[in-house]
Amino acid sequence: MSARTPLMTRQVFLASLGATFAKLDPRVQARNPVMFVVWVASVVTTIMGLCAALGVVEDAGRPGFVLAIAAWLWLTALFASFAEAVAEGRGKAQAASLRAMRRQVQAKLLPGRDHKEVRIVESSALERGQLFLAEAGDIIPVDGEVVEGVASVNESAVTGESAPVLREAGGDFSSVTGGTRVLSDWLVVRVTSQEGEGFLDRMIAMVEGAKRRKTPNEIALSILLAMLTLVFLLVTVTLLPFSRYAVLSHGDGQVVSLTLLVALLVCLIPTTIGALLSAIGIAGMDRMIRANVIATSGRAVEASGDVDVLLLDKTGTITLGDRQAAAFHAAPGVSEADLADVAQLASLADETPEGRSVVVLAKQRFQLRGRDLANVPHHFHKFSAHTRMSGVDVDGRCLRKGAADAIRDFVRQGGGTWPEAMGVLVDNIARTGATPIVVADGARVLGAIELRDVVKRGIRERFAELRRMGIRTIMVTGDNRLTAAAIAAEAGVDDFLAEATPEAKLALIRRHQADGRLVAMCGDGTNDAPALAQADVAVAMNTGTQAAKEAGNMVDLDSNPTKLMEIVGIGKQLIMTRGALTTFSLANDIAKYFAVLPAMFAGLYAGQGQAGPLEAMDVMRLHSPESAVLSAVIFNALIIVALIPLALKGVAYRPVGAASVLRRNLLVFGLGGIIAPFVGIKLIDVVLAGLHLV
Amino acid sequence: MNATLLAAGLVIGSAILLSWPLGRYMAWALEPATAGAGRAKLDLWFARIAGAAGRASQDWKRYAFAMLAFNAVAFAFCFVVLALQQHLPLNPDGKAALEGSLVFHTAASFVTNTNLQHYAGEVSLSYFSQLVALMWLQFVSAATGIAALAALARGLAGEASMGNFFMDLQRAAFLVLLPLALLVATLMVLGGTPMTVDGAAEATTLEGARQVIARGPVAAFVAIKQLGTNGGGFFGPNSAHPFENPNFWTNALGMVAILLVPMASVWMFGRVVGNMRHARVVFGVMLLLLVLKLAGAAWFEGAPTAALADLPVAQDAGNLEGKELRFGVAGVSLWPVLTTATSNGSVNAMHDSLNPMTGLVAMTGMWLNATFGGAGVGMINMFVYVVLAVFLAGMMVGRTPEYLNRRVEEREVKLAALTLLAHGAFVLVGTAVFAATAWGQGTVGNGGPHGFSEILYEFSSASANNGSGFEGLADTTVPWNVATGIVMLLMRFIPIILPLAMAGSLSAKRRTAPSEGTLSIEDGTFAAMLIGTILFLGALTFLPAAALGPIAEHFMFMR
Repeated sequence: MSARTPLMTRQVFLASLGATFAKLDPRVQARNPVMFVVWVASVVTTIMGLCAALGVVEDAGRPGFVLAIAAWLWLTALFASFAEAVAEGRGKAQAASLRAMRRQVQAKLLPGRDHKEVRIVESSALERGQLFLAEAGDIIPVDGEVVEGVASVNESAVTGESAPVLREAGGDFSSVTGGTRVLSDWLVVRVTSQEGEGFLDRMIAMVEGAKRRKTPNEIALSILLAMLTLVFLLVTVTLLPFSRYAVLSHGDGQVVSLTLLVALLVCLIPTTIGALLSAIGIAGMDRMIRANVIATSGRAVEASGDVDVLLLDKTGTITLGDRQAAAFHAAPGVSEADLADVAQLASLADETPEGRSVVVLAKQRFQLRGRDLANVPHHFHKFSAHTRMSGVDVDGRCLRKGAADAIRDFVRQGGGTWPEAMGVLVDNIARTGATPIVVADGARVLGAIELRDVVKRGIRERFAELRRMGIRTIMVTGDNRLTAAAIAAEAGVDDFLAEATPEAKLALIRRHQADGRLVAMCGDGTNDAPALAQADVAVAMNTGTQAAKEAGNMVDLDSNPTKLMEIVGIGKQLIMTRGALTTFSLANDIAKYFAVLPAMFAGLYAGQGQAGPLEAMDVMRLHSPESAVLSAVIFNALIIVALIPLALKGVAYRPVGAASVLRRNLLVFGLGGIIAPFVGIKLIDVVLAGLHLV
Repeated sequence: MNATLLAAGLVIGSAILLSWPLGRYMAWALEPATAGAGRAKLDLWFARIAGAAGRASQDWKRYAFAMLAFNAVAFAFCFVVLALQQHLPLNPDGKAALEGSLVFHTAASFVTNTNLQHYAGEVSLSYFSQLVALMWLQFVSAATGIAALAALARGLAGEASMGNFFMDLQRAAFLVLLPLALLVATLMVLGGTPMTVDGAAEATTLEGARQVIARGPVAAFVAIKQLGTNGGGFFGPNSAHPFENPNFWTNALGMVAILLVPMASVWMFGRVVGNMRHARVVFGVMLLLLVLKLAGAAWFEGAPTAALADLPVAQDAGNLEGKELRFGVAGVSLWPVLTTATSNGSVNAMHDSLNPMTGLVAMTGMWLNATFGGAGVGMINMFVYVVLAVFLAGMMVGRTPEYLNRRVEEREVKLAALTLLAHGAFVLVGTAVFAATAWGQGTVGNGGPHGFSEILYEFSSASANNGSGFEGLADTTVPWNVATGIVMLLMRFIPIILPLAMAGSLSAKRRTAPSEGTLSIEDGTFAAMLIGTILFLGALTFLPAAALGPIAEHFMFMR
C-alpha cells in the first residue's frame, strides 16, 4: 500500500469506463446542478438534432451541426462522470487489495470465563465485547484490544512496515487490527468493532466514495456553482427575446437558435470545476490514505488545511527519541580519558541505547575498546528505579554512573566529598538541555557524561517552512523547563510546553482554540485521549490504545508523529485545487463569449448580403459561425479530460506564505484561464476547418 | 481631451481629499461609542426623538425589520402627499392630480434613493410635493443607506448588536447629510441657483410673447440630490437645466458632491470594522474601475457623433449632440460616468445622445453599482463582491476562506450569490419582458440596437437604484411605472437585507486568528483578485445584452 501507485492503471481505466456510463443516470446527475444542466442540454440538443434531421423543425440549424453539438455535450457529461469514476476507481483498487486480506477468517471464540473452551466461528459471527484467542500463525479476525498475553504481530498488511510489532495487554500497545497476523506467542483479545465497522472497512468505505459526505467548503462551493449556473441560465434564456426584438426592430435577420443558446449555456456554466469537484474531494481522501492515514471523515481532511498550531511530541517527532552520550566532562584533576575509561566500564552491562552510546563515544574519542570482563571476577549492578545508578564492581573498585544526586549520596556514603565544581558542572549541562550522568570510582567523583537528545536532521527547516505557511509549532515534553527550552531553541519550534501533563495539554489546546486557532496534535496513549478529543485535527498512532484511536479523527498507520505536517499539506492542497479550478473555470468564460457571441449574433442587424455588425467581436477570426460554436463546445469538453490528472494529483503546493501562493495561483489559473481557451479554441477551429469537418 | 483629464483630476482629486475627513466625521457621527462626551449629548437628543424604539439594541433581523417598517411608512406618506397634491398648500401654480401608477412609481423611486423620474417636476409637481414628499425622502433614503452600512460594519467588527436603526437614521440625516446639504445649497445659491417659494415668473420677450419661467426652492433640492446619490431633479431636464446647474463652477461642485458621500462611506466602513488598510484596498479598486470608465468615456466621446460623420463640419470637437456647452466638453463627459457609477442618476446631458460605447460605460456603472455606488449601499454592494473574492482567493491559498477573521461558509456564499443573482435577474428578465412585448416595443424612441439600449438602460437604472434615464423612451406608461417601481423597491431592500444577514451570520462565528497562512485582504494581490471577481461575476453577466445594444450600435456606426 505504501508503494506509490501510478495515477492511472489499465484496470482502473477499464473499471472506470463502465462506471462512467452508469453515472449518466439522471438521478445521479441531479446531485450536481452544473452537470445536470449539461445532461438536460444534451437531451435537448439530441432531440432537436433528430427533429432537424427528420425535417420536423426548421430553425434549429443544420442537422449535422446540431447532432455534432449534441454529441459533444454528451461527451462533456461523460467526461465529468469519468473524472469521478476514475477518482473512485483508484480508491476501489486500493480497497480491493485491502479486501483481499479481509477475506473471511476463522476466529477462536472464547465463550467461557475461564478461557478453557475454544469454539471456532466465522469472523463475521464475532460481536463487540466477545473475547477470542489469537495464536502464532493466526490472522486476527477483527479489531480488538488485548486483554491477556504478549505476542509479536506482523502488521505489514495495514502499515506496509514489515518489522513485527509487540502487542500486549494494558499500556499503550494493546490494540490489534483485523487482518494482521500473529507471529509468535498468543493473545486474548476483546472485540472492539464488529465486522464491517473496523478500520479497514472504514478505509474501504472512504476511498470507494460510497459513504462520502460533502464537506463544508465543498458545500459552499457547490452552492456558488449552482448560483452561477442559474445566473448564466438567465443570461442565455433572455437572449431569445433579445434577439427576437432585434429581428423585429430591424425587420430582418435570424433569431438565435435553441441549439446555439444551449451550446452557449453549457460553455458559460462552470462545467470544468463542476465536473471535477467530487473527483477532487475523493482524490484528497485518496492522497491521505496513500500517506497511510485514515481519516474518519472528509471534514477532518479539509480541516487539516486550516490548522494554525501543531502540537508535536518532543520524543520521536523532534528528537530521535534516544538520548545519546555527547561529551565527557572531567572533574578537576581527572583526565578526560580516565573518565571515559571508567564510564565505558560502568556502561558495559547497560543494554539501553543510552548505555551503548557511552561505550560508542568512549571508543570514538579515545579508541577505548569494549573490554571483555569474562576473565576478571566482576559483578554488575543493573539500573533500578530505586538506586538510579548502574555500574560494575571489578578489581575491588566500585564503578558507578547515575543521576547526580544518587551518585552524590553514593560518594558521601563511601566517605568521599562532593566537589563544589561538580554541582556547577551538572547545572551547566542541564541548562543546555542535556542530561548529566555523573561517574564515580568508589568515593571519588570523576566527572559527568553529557547525554543529549539528538534533534532530527532537517527538522529545523521543516519548522521554518511551517512558519512561512503561518503554522506555529509547539513542542510538548515531559522534560523540565530548562531542558525543554534548550531543545526548543535548537529545533526552532515557536513555543514549548514543559513538564506536560494531560491536563496541561488539554488546557493549552483550549487556550489556542479560544484565541481562534485550529489545533492539530497526535497522540497514542490513553492519557492523550482527552487532548485528542479536544484538538481539531487529532491523529492517533495506530500502535496506540483504542481510547486514543477513538478520540482522534485520524489514524496514522505508520505511527509516525512527523506525519502531521504531511497531513496539513494534503488538506491545504485539497482546498487549493478546488479554488484554482474554480478560478480557471470562470476565467475561461471570456474566450467562450468571444467565440460564441459573434457566431450567434452574426445574423442580427445585418445589411443586404452582409454579415451583422457583431461579427466584429470575432477577435479570434474563427473559420465560420458553426465552427466557432463547435470549437468552444469541444474545448469545454476536452478541458475536463485535460484537467483530470491535476484534479487527482492536486495543484503543486509549496510551503510558502499565503500572499505568494495566491499570486502564483492567480497567475497560473486566473491569467492562464483567460488565455488558454483563446489558444485552445483557435487550435480546434483550425483543425476542424483543416479537416473540412465544418 | 487634455481639458477632460484636467477636470477629471481636479474633481476626483478634491473628492478624494474631502472624503477622508468626511469618512472620519461619519464614523464619529455613526459610532458614538468611540467618540467623546460631547457626542453622547447629541445621542440623548436623538434618543428623545426616537422614544422607546430608539433604545432597543437590534440584531440584524430587528434592524432590517425596523428599516423596512420605517421605509414602508415613508412610502405611504410620500404616496399620500403626491396623490393629494392638488388639495395641499404651497401650490402657487395650481398643479393638478397625478396619475395613479405615476404616484406609485414616484413614491417607490424616491423612497428607494433611485429618483427615476417619469414626470417633469416643473410641469407636474407642486412645491409642497417637491419639498415635503420628495426632498424629505432624498434625506432619509440616503440616511437609510448610511445607517445600513454602519450596521453591517458593526456586525463585521464582531459587535453582538448591530445598533439601532432609528438612532442611526437620525445620526446620518442630522449629523451628516443636513450640514453638508446646507453647505452645498449655500454654494449653489452663490453660483446662481434660485431658492424661492414664489410661483413661476412671467416675462415678456422682445417679440412681445409671454413666457412662463419655472422656478422654486431649487438650491435646497439640488444639494441633497447630489449629496445623497439621489439624482432626482427639480426640473425635468435635471442638471442640464440652467437653474439647477447654472455654470461650470456649479457643475464642478455638483460632481464633487456626487462622489463625496459614497467615497466617505468606504472610509467610514474601514473605521468601524477597524481595518483601514482593507478600506484602502477597496477604495483603490473602486477608484481604479471608476478611472477606467472615465478614460473609456473620454475616449469614446472624443469621436464625433455618427450622424455628423460625413458632413463637412469640424470632426475634432468630439460628440456635442445633446450637451450643454456652458459646462465645457470635460464637464459633460465626466458627469454621466460619475452619476452612473455612484447610483446618483442626475444628468446634465442627453444620455440618449452619447456615443454608443459611452452609453455602455454608463450602463456598466449601473451593472457593477459598486464603483463607489450609492450613499452607504455602494460599499454594501462592494462587500458582496469582497466576500465572493475572499471565498475564491481563500480557497486558492489552501484554507477555509476567512473575512475579517470570520469564516466564509455556505450561508455567506449563498446570500452573496443570491444578491448578485437578483441584480442580473431583474435587469435581464425585465428587459426581456419589455423587449418581447408591446409594453417596451411600443415605447422605444428609436429602432434597432438603440431602442434595445433604451429598454436595457431603464431596467439597469431601476435595478441599480440609479435613477438616470437614457431618455428617448416613452416611459410614462402604466407598465413602465409599475414594473420599474417594483424593481426599484425589491432591488433597494434585497441588496441591503441579504448583506445584513451575511454580517449577522459572520458575527455569530468564532473569531479566527490571522496568520501568515491567512489570505491578506490588505494587499495588491487581493486587489487584483477583487477586480477580477467584480468583472467576472458583475460584468460578464451583462455582456450578451451589451452586445445586442450599445456594442452592435457601435459597430454599425463603424461601418
